[in-house]
Amino acid sequence: MLILQCPCCGVDADETELSPGGEAHLKRYGPGSSEDDFEGYLFMRENPKGVHFERWRHAHGCGKWFHAARCTVTLEVFGTYPAQSYAPPQDILDRIAARRPGWRWREFA
Amino acid sequence: MKRYSAFAIAREALRGHTGWDRAWARAEPKAAYDVIIVGAGGHGLATAYYLGRNHGIRNVAILEKGWLGGGNTGRNTTIIRSNYLQDPSAAIYEKSRSLYETLSQELNYNVMFSPRGVMMLAQTHHEVRGYQRTAHANALQGVATEFIAPAKVKELCPIINIDGPRYPVLGALWQPRGGTARHDAVAWGYARACSDMGMHVLQKTEVTGVRSENGQVTGVETNRGFIGCGKLGIVVAGHSGVLADMAGFRLPIESVALQALVSEPIKPCMDVVVMANTVHGYMSQSDKGEMVIGGGADGYNNYTQRGSFHHIEETVRALIETFPMISRLKMLRQWGGIVDMTGDRSPIISKTPLGGCFINCGWGTGGFKAIPGSGWAMAELMVKGASPLADDFSLGRFREGRFIDESVAAGVAH
Repeated sequence: MLILQCPCCGVDADETELSPGGEAHLKRYGPGSSEDDFEGYLFMRENPKGVHFERWRHAHGCGKWFHAARCTVTLEVFGTYPAQSYAPPQDILDRIAARRPGWRWREFA
Repeated sequence: MKRYSAFAIAREALRGHTGWDRAWARAEPKAAYDVIIVGAGGHGLATAYYLGRNHGIRNVAILEKGWLGGGNTGRNTTIIRSNYLQDPSAAIYEKSRSLYETLSQELNYNVMFSPRGVMMLAQTHHEVRGYQRTAHANALQGVATEFIAPAKVKELCPIINIDGPRYPVLGALWQPRGGTARHDAVAWGYARACSDMGMHVLQKTEVTGVRSENGQVTGVETNRGFIGCGKLGIVVAGHSGVLADMAGFRLPIESVALQALVSEPIKPCMDVVVMANTVHGYMSQSDKGEMVIGGGADGYNNYTQRGSFHHIEETVRALIETFPMISRLKMLRQWGGIVDMTGDRSPIISKTPLGGCFINCGWGTGGFKAIPGSGWAMAELMVKGASPLADDFSLGRFREGRFIDESVAAGVAH
């Protein structure tokens, strides 16, 4: 069972306590943006076989949103970090680079 | 190809079964083919089959990284129905269901299509209204379904508890010509027919890259070397994102795990397929006597072919309430498949930004029922550049806001 540590309340929560929220770090495009940007934001999704960054909500706990870095092949968790982040913290990126050389994910690799 | 028949069985019985051919030939890859299909599951094989049968294109290879039909084709709960709400869905799923009716005869391979009837239970007033609406829509689309009362549900499936405390059965959407088929046999039958037309079914051949020149596909890199092609069809379900990445475009798809399980075999007790979408479980009985059970998909991206255990618990809990007599059944096997989910829960059968490259994906949790129709439409699209069955399912529909929203219409389970 997937276990993620909530960075808000510090609890190690298993997945029955959590709600998945999809791809993290989406840039929101609104009126006036190009059709490509708007389509990308609304519909196109990263679907990596490997390292992935996601939003999760500690729904049956403190209720807060947070981010997680996870491998979709092994379910290995590289770390969790607050929702108020524009990019994954360096220590998590370092851990991923050590465990998954050559990984890539949008602009963060 | 030697035809299978009662006479052939008698003949082989007399000579010790020494005269059976391999069902499909073991081939070595050629340098190039007119068409390469990536993915030898049901949809890929059906695409190749209809390329040959309907359009005369037989210089075709079907590449499969694992074994034939070992992905979602061999992992689903084999339900076949076409009771969708939207017109484009009804058209392609009903085409598919009608092709299943005669598929065994056409392929000379018994796919064990069993039109035993599919019922989708309405267990809330919202669902009653939804399924009545679907039944009216189906009447206009020429799909034979009807909304039936609880007494009729009980008559068709006596083991159902229609007076459950939380979710009593208030009726059902009934499609008498829906049913099940033998999933492996569908893949095997198509593979045998493809091989008979001279196509190459290449197992253990993994695509590792897509090569193109001036925006036009020229072939694929594989673990058995480069193989050239005029046109490329990507039909790989859960791994569509991986292949699209190689071909240089993005998809509105996320891959998640969907699980199924079967019980120990018991005596025949249920001769229809029942789907209970509110409590989220569906069940049918296989010819071997096992109860075949499916439930909901996980909510997060996953390539492990192994889902979350608590989803099994939810599914089983729902089904025990619906069918109290199964409460002491032991479960024999449980497994997961990787399903490719689109935002509107409808598939994508489309050209792609790469010239000569086509994609058929996004069938999500309900692809098995669509195999013949999907192959039919994909083959037509690859040959003519357009297909009446496929055009509404193009990649462009997201950009243009032409969703084919079955996520609401079909409840959750497909």
